[in-house]
Amino acid sequence: MKISFQLNGKQTSVDVPPDTPLLWVVRDTLGMTGTKFGCGKALCGACTVHLNGMAIRSCQTQVGSVAGQKVTTIEGLGGNHKVQRAWMALDVPQCGYCQPGQMMQAAALLANNKNPSDGDIDAWMSGNICRCGTYPRIRAAIKAAAKMA
Amino acid sequence: MENMIKNEARRDFLKVGGTVVGGLTLGFYLPSGPRVARAQGSEASPNAWIRIGQDNTTTIMVARSEMGQDVYTSLPILVAEELEVDINSIKVAFAPPAEVYINALLGGQITGGSTSVRDGWEKLRIAGASARMMLIAAAASEWGVDASQCKAQNGAITGPGGRRTTYGQVAAKAANMEVPRDVPLKSASQFKYVGNVKIKRLDTEAKVKATAQFGIDTRMPGMMYAAVAMPPMLGGKVKSFDDSRAKNVSGVKNVVQYSRGVAVVADSYWQAKKAVDLLYVEWDKGPNADLDMRKIWNGLEEASKQPGAVFREHGDIDSGMAQASRTIEAEYRLPFVAHAPMEPQNSYADVRSDKAIIYTPTQFQQLIPHVVAGATGLKPEQVEVHTTFLGGGFGRRVEVDYAIDAAEISKAAGVPVKMVWSREDDMMHDSYRPAGIYKFTAGVDNSGELVAFRFHSTSPSISSRLFPSIVADGIDPFSVEGIDNFPYVSPNMRFTYQMHDTGVPVGYWRAVSHNLNAVALEGFIDELAVAAGKDPIQYRLDMLDFSSTKHQWSGLSAGVPVGARMKRALEEVRSKSGWGKRMPAGKGMGVAVMEGYNTVIAMVAEVTVDANFNTTLDKVTAVVDAGQLVHPDQALAQMQSNIVFGQSACMWGEITLRDGVVQQTNFDTFPVARINEAPKVMDIHFIKSDSTPGGLGEPGTPVVQVAIGNAIHAACGKRVRTLPFTPSNIRAA
Repeated sequence: MKISFQLNGKQTSVDVPPDTPLLWVVRDTLGMTGTKFGCGKALCGACTVHLNGMAIRSCQTQVGSVAGQKVTTIEGLGGNHKVQRAWMALDVPQCGYCQPGQMMQAAALLANNKNPSDGDIDAWMSGNICRCGTYPRIRAAIKAAAKMA
Repeated sequence: MENMIKNEARRDFLKVGGTVVGGLTLGFYLPSGPRVARAQGSEASPNAWIRIGQDNTTTIMVARSEMGQDVYTSLPILVAEELEVDINSIKVAFAPPAEVYINALLGGQITGGSTSVRDGWEKLRIAGASARMMLIAAAASEWGVDASQCKAQNGAITGPGGRRTTYGQVAAKAANMEVPRDVPLKSASQFKYVGNVKIKRLDTEAKVKATAQFGIDTRMPGMMYAAVAMPPMLGGKVKSFDDSRAKNVSGVKNVVQYSRGVAVVADSYWQAKKAVDLLYVEWDKGPNADLDMRKIWNGLEEASKQPGAVFREHGDIDSGMAQASRTIEAEYRLPFVAHAPMEPQNSYADVRSDKAIIYTPTQFQQLIPHVVAGATGLKPEQVEVHTTFLGGGFGRRVEVDYAIDAAEISKAAGVPVKMVWSREDDMMHDSYRPAGIYKFTAGVDNSGELVAFRFHSTSPSISSRLFPSIVADGIDPFSVEGIDNFPYVSPNMRFTYQMHDTGVPVGYWRAVSHNLNAVALEGFIDELAVAAGKDPIQYRLDMLDFSSTKHQWSGLSAGVPVGARMKRALEEVRSKSGWGKRMPAGKGMGVAVMEGYNTVIAMVAEVTVDANFNTTLDKVTAVVDAGQLVHPDQALAQMQSNIVFGQSACMWGEITLRDGVVQQTNFDTFPVARINEAPKVMDIHFIKSDSTPGGLGEPGTPVVQVAIGNAIHAACGKRVRTLPFTPSNIRAA
């Protein structure tokens, strides 16, 4: 059965069982590997994408449930998003594996909150694990991005 | 003259490699280090650090694995500094396995031990300088002028009369020029890139735009996906399996047994994973079927009654103890801990009848041709290995099990496969940081100073499995690090190590046994300071040994007393942290100091312990003497990383077993620091220095753990000797 949804602004349809997690549809079926697999249980945030602008965990989202909706992955953030510019300016990534998820989570935060406090950042970003411990730079980059146009 | 390499023996190891098409390649053989034996066999590959194309693109080969610690930039900085190319215009490529790329400090092509910059510090600058001199010589010969009249800058050479050429134009000729005998290197004051705070990471853009290829991102034509069922009990094996339900899952192409388990090969990972969950496997539970923590700790405790092997001794411990006015004893217990890198273990393998192609996120690419050959019947030279970016390593990827598994599965299924582990597979099939028992007895005089010091540790040896040749007379050098360089004065001392296998596979975990020995030691030293009624920083300063120059992996710190470096770091951390200020109830400051990887770190942690013994790490102040920093902003990043990684381990990190099965499966049962838990303030200072660089990937990890433990004592009076610092362990202390 074909499932259609908008992916990064483009109409996309896939022929996979509807219970397939969006994560694996994006990575394996569509070949866009920027979205990462970390835990498979919505515990780490590495797989974060946007569904209609909301940050969601794609490892726990069945592709059938996104039919007809708008999905944005790290590839769709565009490369020049203020979060990405801030991440580059501050050299945030170390190993870099969790960072697509971190940036997607941060982009959703800034879309909802133009000037997040430390408490807002803690609350919003605590679902995203970074084993390299880039947290101080993630925090600084979110604040820097908030000041960007 | 220190910057002039005139060592004839060394020059013998300098060889020009085969030229790549129209270009120059340069490589060095350096003698392998004493610590780790070379892996078997050798590779027939061109030696190369630098490739210059006719189009003037310069590619710098990075022979260490990029797992966050910045080798992708810090190593090219060393080459580019002397080569005279624009660091921002170069390309970087990961080197294949080859003898030329052996890490002289480890004796293998391994990324670990915080050695990458230390190993490359001299040889990569020589590589850059030699190439520059050969390029200049080629241009000079073409122009018929003397090389001394020519100058290299920014990938171009200028000569008398306005002559100008590019590296690309003379690269082919340069490859045939004589390799220079004396290679002068820049002094610190001449550095353009080394130590430059403005240099950015060269891999940031790819990581921000998500184009960086990790192992798990590998995609090849015809590739299938493999998910696996491994025995839940460590050391178990497949007895039999029923795949009738699994085979009904759409997309499943094959179910194959391999050494460690059963693999499902399918069109996508999700199909493979779904099918794995429908497999019925009967396990042979193996030797660990009834292994649990009670048995493990009883075994360690029994073993700790053995005398062990002596690794440091002077004076006479018994008469020293007899002279003491008081003896103080303590026993520390440290748990197994998982590595848990964000990228679960995975590997791509395409095993054919005459060759194998492996793409894998590994810290030990040199070993992979040999183990894949062993697993497939191919010869090592038929195995092609490509190292990808690593989604974290922390020592987990010094192991090569994932590459063996993928190769076996590819061979059995007859197709190229990408094997991907689930998080549960990764956490339950790690090679864990060893658990151990650390016993101390101190004999002190009336002022609390040491007259005798006895240390006895009992833990599994990591190296006896991975590098048995370095284990001798009961001592694994990786089991005694972090205390064999004991930095305090005691007229009598005796340090022993008792090796004990618990049945749990153990591996190198970021800073390895520094996390065990140094964490226990600096906790105990804190106890001695408290017992003596002295300030913990002053107590340490008063006891420092200024006569010993024994650094870990000594030889690199040229006779500088460790005590002198520690004194400076402790004094600076005392003033920078506001040490001694009055703390509100429930808050405390703790200090720790350590030398490891030729780097000295003194740290002060500030914690809050609430009425229920929940601990919050509020602030860390660190003073770091790591010699010359190559990439200062990333030195800072590494220290931030060390702190958060150590925090995770000491606050929550614990792997336990029941019936041979690891009980922690994911980040719910194995919690790690999150952004709201990481310290809000990390005040990190590097001592300005132009001496030989020290390692930075690991040494802060143990220091922060024990600084936190000592701060918990200051905050609530509990001396926690059983880690991690969970509320129940603090309450029980």
